[in-house]
Amino acid sequence: MAAPRIDVRKTYKLYIGGEFPRSESGRSYEVAGSDGAPLANAVRGSRKDLRDAVRAARKAFEPWAARTAMNRGQVLYRVAELMEGRRDQFVTEVARAEGLRDARARALVDLSIDRWVWYAGWADKIGQILGSSNPVAAPYFNFTIPEPTGVVGLVASETSSLLGLVSRLAPVVVSGNTTVIIASETRPLPAVTLAEVLATSDLPGGVVNLLTGLKHELLPVLAAHVDVDALDLWGAPPDMQAALETAAADDIKRLARRPRGVADARFDWTDDQAAQRPEWIAAFLEMKTVWHPVGM
Amino acid sequence: MTTQTRPDRAIAPASPARPIASWGLGDGQAIPWEYAPAPESRDLVKLKDRYGLFIGGREVAASDGAYFTSVDPATELPLAEVARGTAADMDRAVRAARGAFRRRWGRLPGKERAKYLYRIARILQERSREFAVLESMDSGKPIKESRDVDVPLAAAHFWYYAGWADKLEYAFPGRVARPLGVAGQVIPWNFPLLMLAWKIAPALAAGNTVVLKPASTTPLSALLFADVCRQANLPAGVVNIVPGPGEVGMSLVRHPDVDKVAFTGSTEIGRKIAAGVAGTDKALTLELGGKAANIVFEDAPLDQAIEGIVNGIYFNQGEVCCAGSRLLVQESIADPLIDRLKDRLATIRVGDPLDKNTDVGAINSRAQLEKITELVASGQAEGAEMYQPACNLPERGYFFRPTLFTNVAQSHRIAREEIFGPVLSVLTFRTPEEAVEKANNTPYGLSAGVWTEKGSRILAMVKRMKAGVVWANTFNRFDPTSPFGGYKESGYGREGGRHGLISYVRLEDR
Repeated sequence: MAAPRIDVRKTYKLYIGGEFPRSESGRSYEVAGSDGAPLANAVRGSRKDLRDAVRAARKAFEPWAARTAMNRGQVLYRVAELMEGRRDQFVTEVARAEGLRDARARALVDLSIDRWVWYAGWADKIGQILGSSNPVAAPYFNFTIPEPTGVVGLVASETSSLLGLVSRLAPVVVSGNTTVIIASETRPLPAVTLAEVLATSDLPGGVVNLLTGLKHELLPVLAAHVDVDALDLWGAPPDMQAALETAAADDIKRLARRPRGVADARFDWTDDQAAQRPEWIAAFLEMKTVWHPVGM
Repeated sequence: MTTQTRPDRAIAPASPARPIASWGLGDGQAIPWEYAPAPESRDLVKLKDRYGLFIGGREVAASDGAYFTSVDPATELPLAEVARGTAADMDRAVRAARGAFRRRWGRLPGKERAKYLYRIARILQERSREFAVLESMDSGKPIKESRDVDVPLAAAHFWYYAGWADKLEYAFPGRVARPLGVAGQVIPWNFPLLMLAWKIAPALAAGNTVVLKPASTTPLSALLFADVCRQANLPAGVVNIVPGPGEVGMSLVRHPDVDKVAFTGSTEIGRKIAAGVAGTDKALTLELGGKAANIVFEDAPLDQAIEGIVNGIYFNQGEVCCAGSRLLVQESIADPLIDRLKDRLATIRVGDPLDKNTDVGAINSRAQLEKITELVASGQAEGAEMYQPACNLPERGYFFRPTLFTNVAQSHRIAREEIFGPVLSVLTFRTPEEAVEKANNTPYGLSAGVWTEKGSRILAMVKRMKAGVVWANTFNRFDPTSPFGGYKESGYGREGGRHGLISYVRLEDR
């Protein structure tokens, strides 16, 4: 009888500029499941990794924003297609990370996939909802169009390892922004697997960059980085909030905050009305108003 | 550096009876005619000796009884004493606003709020001349501009937002728009009444109450606006006005019972305000500085472009956050364009803000005049070439000659820093790519101008500009229906249009 087969384990890496580097710092930390049993080592990303990620996101911004809206919609839809194919893997990872039964984890994974589909459809509609033609009281043609802000630092939900992340990530990238994600510190593994899906999707490298690591190390660097245009602080620890926003004030970063009184751990990500909103796309858009005289 | 700004002062002192002296053409050539003075009467404005704070519908003294003087920048003479608000007064004002929000304004149906706003718009129209004269006296801006731009636009803003007050359910389909509560608003001195209107009109339309701090050099039109609120029978406490220095504004920003902060002013103060609301739930919008590029391609309609360039930088003495302070000219037309610009500069009339012929009035304050003077000196020291028309300036008052710099490099301070004065820096470019690169090479992103007859190029440039407002074949146009605000370090949030409402509402699910 043959010896029992030994599993081939996965090394969980960072995702920067379309590649999967380990940290230049050579550091990692052990990630445990909800039962305390070790699941894997995750990379403990460094300041240097973060700066590399911001550089990759900046480089990817102009070309991604220049894609047609329909094209970006198809790219997001393709992410949903690929996640569907790796559904079982996500279910296993989310179940382990969040300590859920498979049925519950499956529901969360299915919703994560559906969320990409929902936002994909917004790509070529958000401009029609948020833009306007403005009837000025003079002979000028005047209109307002939304444009993506740029590089968005995204602090992912600490508790909802996949659905929470996808629910905040899709609205950022659908409009043409690029992003640097700081994954859940305690439940980072499904995010890394999502990055593997993104890498094989049609999403250009650098549009989404993902770091795992310690939030108290990485977030101050992210908030103070002058080439980050905006922050989604949803998953920031409450005791860091004020300091991060103060650092962000220095170069007038745009901020999306989790409303006070809404706890990350208790937020219902499965409530479609609450957790998928065009306002979350609008949070990372700039409105550009254009004037031109009218005359023969 | 006074002599530098007024080289001809000793040669041709203006007579007191003729505050506007003779005008010169470029290169020292005298203009063959003079304009007779055409001053607007000051009689319409009945200035009081002293103004109090406007809190809870009443005029009250400051908690410590202190006053400061508002000065006419064109004469350096005092206009009136104004109560100097304190942090305690801000607290009093916020409580008045909160009370009015809870008891009255927050419960009033939108259609009734609308009628109050329509009343305010109408009263501003009725008293437009009085407001225009007062605004020019207190700020130094030409009566032509306060009469034709500031006051009518302020009235138009109230008019526009009045109509939104009872239509919020259509502004945000699928959502219920609720007011935020008490809005704390801090405004600058360059468009005192207009900025007041930009702030107060959308706030009130959405059902908020406000505490407004006008700039310390230009409090008077805001205090006259208090009288408009009285005439409109606006419920007490819905609008509160507390003039004072910057730290009083900061006490408003930091007040724990303020739900929304709106600020227009410098990026430097904007950072402090953003830091001041950090870690709170306060909504924040910032409309900050700028260093706009005004880009002229070789196929531009030159006559219009010249007028647009002049309007872009000399409108309101250049004390405009969206001023076209960096002129980017395509190299092939740079020389003829600059020659024509110099000729045009020679016809600009600088002087008494209340004279109806005046194009460029007084700089708002001594401090601002010193800042402009210092930056202009830096331009000369760094090697840029300065041109000023040979016009005479009034003897008294804070005046600065329209100024144009050529041979400007991107590294020069006059090409990087917001001067907030009548100073234009001219740079050149060869290709559209270079124009885009230079235009966006600034931490600011408020506005931009593009001049070309080629439609597809306009739209391509519009897309590439990192700026919240792009004027194509025009410049410095404003309208209440047209959203205004910045990219990057020029701030966030929009004022004007439906977008201007978003900053004053909380959206809830139906």
